[in-house]
Amino acid sequence: MTIKTADVIVVGGGVHGASTTYELAKAGVKVVLFEKEYLGSGGSGRSAAGLRQHFGTETNLHMAKYNLQVFPTLEEELDTGMSLEFTQWGYMWVAYADSVLAQLQKNVDLQKSLDIPSVMMAPDEVKARWPYLCMDGIIGVAFCGDDGHINPQTLTLSYGHAARRFGATVKTYCPVVKLLAENGKIKGVVTEDGEEWHAPKVLLSSGPWSTPLAATVGVDLPVYPERHNLLITEPVEVFDCPMVLCLDDGAYFKQCPNGTFMFGRDDQDEPHTTETTNSAKFLEGVTTSVLKRIPALSGIRVVRQWSGPYDNTPDHNAIIDWTPVEGLLVNCGWSGHGLQFGPSGGRVCKELLMGEKPFVDLYRFRLSRFAENDLFFEPAFI
Amino acid sequence: MTDKKANVICRCEEIEIDEIRKWIDAGYTNFEELKRILRVGMGPCQGRGCRDIILREISKSTGKPVAELLPGVIRPPVKPVKAKLLAEDNE
Repeated sequence: MTIKTADVIVVGGGVHGASTTYELAKAGVKVVLFEKEYLGSGGSGRSAAGLRQHFGTETNLHMAKYNLQVFPTLEEELDTGMSLEFTQWGYMWVAYADSVLAQLQKNVDLQKSLDIPSVMMAPDEVKARWPYLCMDGIIGVAFCGDDGHINPQTLTLSYGHAARRFGATVKTYCPVVKLLAENGKIKGVVTEDGEEWHAPKVLLSSGPWSTPLAATVGVDLPVYPERHNLLITEPVEVFDCPMVLCLDDGAYFKQCPNGTFMFGRDDQDEPHTTETTNSAKFLEGVTTSVLKRIPALSGIRVVRQWSGPYDNTPDHNAIIDWTPVEGLLVNCGWSGHGLQFGPSGGRVCKELLMGEKPFVDLYRFRLSRFAENDLFFEPAFI
Repeated sequence: MTDKKANVICRCEEIEIDEIRKWIDAGYTNFEELKRILRVGMGPCQGRGCRDIILREISKSTGKPVAELLPGVIRPPVKPVKAKLLAEDNE
């Protein structure tokens, strides 16, 4: 059997794997990406793809700010002919309890100190600006008008397409079954069809599938899947409805640029699985909750529902770190807010893999924080 | 006047055959990828009109018989349903 080689192997073709491959290929690195199905087929393409700068920690805010600096010109930069459908119709966090409102205020104060244009708005201001929203019981919202939406499918596919143009090898429908290590150092990967690839550096960016793959070289990742559901409606007239996240029952909705509406709702009872099965319970619960907030949509037709896995960690923040196996980098565990971090995640992984200093301090993302019981608490996670 | 040559394959999203062939030629030779690039199969009919035609185009390009191609997924609720009908039972 011929063993093939590369400078860097990337395992997992979600947005982080694809953006890292793009950044590396652009820098002239010989990089190979392995994806078990098509690019974005895991959590990335199934994401609600909200883009926000509403976080409550400096680390996440620095990266979120960078993401929103990249997105406006990314379609032009990647130049693939695919539309990224980037819009900035805003992102709203709706508080129904005093303690929630106080935390939103703290987050917004921190955001403002970093020049992010977030504001707090009172219920009457919300009513005046978005008269179609029926927000009975709200006591205030946090809103950032620069935040918005992107198409998670074309985003991931475009990163891969542009990476190929810079010389990267992107292998789809090519699952990696195990990692190879020798004397404490990473050596390469083995694919399902028995091909062996060697590289001195490997990035594992396989979302919830990272855990079983890391285990093949003795690395324990506290990352587990959790099913989340979404639905999309038929298109209606475009009225730039922002992303509205209701912090009472976790329901959220927004209009997409083609006029369709996306509804989602978090549910504590969802199974911990990567199976993308569907639930009728979700359809009933989410439509009941969302139609209360935007009654004008009661006649809209639901076209499709789907599900996808979050890759949760115990503190709902990502792991971006070298593992105890030399040369093995992981970037996973984004716990539901990872799609939008594709630009910054790709940049820091490229910097780490090329021996450069990352543009943000990644200390909070380190793998050892779980063993040290020094968790990365982010007050603004959903 | 509209272009006489326009040959719309996906009527939900108004995607023409030339556009579909362009992406197949670019290497996207399965329905799942074409769906995500072009939205074919994402509209209200979920590919009832376009799926067979697109699979035949992929078959012509790759030489694989249609029976061996992955047909993509049709998602619930299969036919569009009014949101208020889904919500009612829960109230």
